[in-house]
Amino acid sequence: MTLKVEMFIKRHVLYVRFDGELDQHNVESLRVRIIELIDKYLIKHLVLNFSKLQFMDSSGVGFIIGRYNRLKRDNGEVILCAMNPSIKRIVMLSGLSKICTIKADEEDVNTYLGVA
Amino acid sequence: MKNYMKMEFSARLENVTFARGVISSFLLNNDLTLNTINEIKTIVSEAVTNAILHGYQNNPVKLVDMEVEIEGNKLIIIVHDDGIGIDDVEKAREPLFTTKLREERAGLGFTIMDVFSDEMEVISAPNEGTTVICTKYLENVQ
Repeated sequence: MTLKVEMFIKRHVLYVRFDGELDQHNVESLRVRIIELIDKYLIKHLVLNFSKLQFMDSSGVGFIIGRYNRLKRDNGEVILCAMNPSIKRIVMLSGLSKICTIKADEEDVNTYLGVA
Repeated sequence: MKNYMKMEFSARLENVTFARGVISSFLLNNDLTLNTINEIKTIVSEAVTNAILHGYQNNPVKLVDMEVEIEGNKLIIIVHDDGIGIDDVEKAREPLFTTKLREERAGLGFTIMDVFSDEMEVISAPNEGTTVICTKYLENVQ
């Protein structure tokens, strides 16, 4: 597989740590799993940790917008952290930076959410 | 000195990863920065995904082809499919235009290719396939 993900839940926050490359091929199965978890565990916020993500194209953008639309219904947020410069550029270019909260790393996210 | 490659592969989404890998290997000796390589991989990823999802509507029997040419600092990437084509190319190139909202396509493929290239040409007509030609002038090429 070109993408590995590690997921865990802490107080209605779903954390997803990415390792590898995110494109249309692997985004589809990931979407199904994450939608299931959000509904099953009443997830309020979604944290996407990109520290080991080497590549992302517009497939990733579509995926993030989809989750944002779902979570904002319950006043939740999508929080992105630890992006490399190339991924940051896609995030800025696509306007995701206007709808998602961006943090330096997971520790910053925890402080922000008060789940540290 | 000119260097050139051409390949053809099945219209399967896992080959998007393959196509990105091929172009980065092909350009390995050109000493490009990681940032430039990522831009080039993104162009290929968007173009090939479009060919498979839109051009061929995910039909794995069909074939996508990719050509890459580098001469001096000028890089040309050509991705071609013989699929359904695009009705209105100008509209398709607009940011956020998508025919696949339900599949969560962001409608940013062409925008991203355009931003990461210096020139982008899209040649398409209904039922006559699509050819995308991206030209990029590279810095510090050996």
